[in-house]
Amino acid sequence: MCGIVGLHLREPALYPRLGELLTAMLGQVVERGPDSAGVAVYGDPKLTPPGRATVSLLEADSDVVEAALRDRIPEVVTITADATTVVHAPVTADVLLAAVAAALPQATVIGSGTDVAVMKGTGHPDHLAASFGLARAQGWQGVGHTRMATESAVTPAGAHPFSVGPDQCLVHNGSFANHATIRRELRAQGVAFDSENDSEVGARFVAHHLAHGADLEKALRLLCERFDGFYTLLVATGDSFAVVRDAIACKPALVAETSAWVAMASEYRALSVLPGVESARIFEPEPEEVYVWKR
Amino acid sequence: MEALTGTPPEATVPATVVDLGSSSVRDLNQALHAPDAALRATHWRVLNPRGAHSVACGLTEDLSVDIEGHVGYYCAGMNQRATVAVHGNAGVGVAENMMSGTVRVRGNASQSAGATAHGGLIVVEGDAAARCGISMKGVDIVVGGSVGHMSAFMGQAGRLVVCGDAGDGLGDSLYEARLYVKGTVKSLGADCVEKPVREEHLAELAELLKAAEIDEDPAAFRRYGSARGLYHFQVDNAGAY
Repeated sequence: MCGIVGLHLREPALYPRLGELLTAMLGQVVERGPDSAGVAVYGDPKLTPPGRATVSLLEADSDVVEAALRDRIPEVVTITADATTVVHAPVTADVLLAAVAAALPQATVIGSGTDVAVMKGTGHPDHLAASFGLARAQGWQGVGHTRMATESAVTPAGAHPFSVGPDQCLVHNGSFANHATIRRELRAQGVAFDSENDSEVGARFVAHHLAHGADLEKALRLLCERFDGFYTLLVATGDSFAVVRDAIACKPALVAETSAWVAMASEYRALSVLPGVESARIFEPEPEEVYVWKR
Repeated sequence: MEALTGTPPEATVPATVVDLGSSSVRDLNQALHAPDAALRATHWRVLNPRGAHSVACGLTEDLSVDIEGHVGYYCAGMNQRATVAVHGNAGVGVAENMMSGTVRVRGNASQSAGATAHGGLIVVEGDAAARCGISMKGVDIVVGGSVGHMSAFMGQAGRLVVCGDAGDGLGDSLYEARLYVKGTVKSLGADCVEKPVREEHLAELAELLKAAEIDEDPAAFRRYGSARGLYHFQVDNAGAY
């Protein structure tokens, strides 16, 4: 199954409530994916302070990260969020990523950029949200996922979101059928993978096309052409929030929109916690139609 | 959405009110399933469903249930005899496997509305999403708006009336069931064909629209049904297997 929730805030007065709302939404899709969960938070002043780059890591405790980076990068700050360590510093994302790669070769990067922090773990999504401190998070956009694993192991690295390009993230409900073929093709073009997970292939595919000049809508249209299987995808970037479903559209998706926010979820119950949902425009995304909202 | 509290029910006998903000769906369904449910009240109102699954499913008595808000999956599933109205949208599989009675959705219905339903009437006043009436086995479904792709897929009996448009693959692999569409059909599924509308069809359409309380002219609809070409194995196709 898997559960997806996402919230793109239009009304800045709601930014301080992003984490509280996302936590409530995530709590409504626990039954859809009780084995692991992850979130991406955009614009939190503690996780991604202005003027600094942020990298999210697995398999790297915060004291290890701090000790390894202290001599390479100035003013490193680390934050522990369950299995994830979030690290930020007043350098570019590329510099921080290079330092992490050199000093912490065993760590898995699960997010990077200037606006996004990604936190993942295994276990009950409500407990994970608490250990992420999600309810206190602020920002302008957030994405969450509860996972019922079908295609690869239940590990923090197998949890969604998959964030493989700057300030990008992707969450997936479904299963790709031809991911092994596409992974081979992308590897042949020099794309590196962290796992054998099918959803990571979707995220790498989108990131690859964004890096080669496609906009998000174009990248998702290409994904529809190239990928077989079942998918409802929610994809976020540093300025966009997008939804697409496969041609059969068997995986559920609902979008609700008001002047204050755009939200997407697997089920209405996750939207029911949002302020003003009574007057929202609610619809199911059409199969193979790409919906993009810009900041 | 309508105000959820403070509005007196239309029935002269006061309704029994269950607030899902404070009661569980299990409590509600057990009360509706109780042997004396119809004696205690024939009219029930359910408040604050907030997308909950399986609301008012498995009913077997002549009850009238008004649900004031949006519901999740399988609302009024397996219904027998009861009249259930959703004053909002319904999630996946509303009235799935219904046997008799009436289920009315005032808003939109998600995919697989009325799946495998054997009898009774389902009215969706808004749109129904993909696979509306999949494997329908005798139910009547009237949709005020449009239906999504693969509607009436593998339908075996019953009638589907669509006042708007139908998506791709209408009536794919249809056994029987009569399909009426007023708007455009994006494409017909395998073995589904347009058929002439005769007097008896106009009469049954008028009857269905009246029962659904939807004001449309039966003469504006076109009829689709099974070409019955998939009923029997054809030896000419043996090479394809």
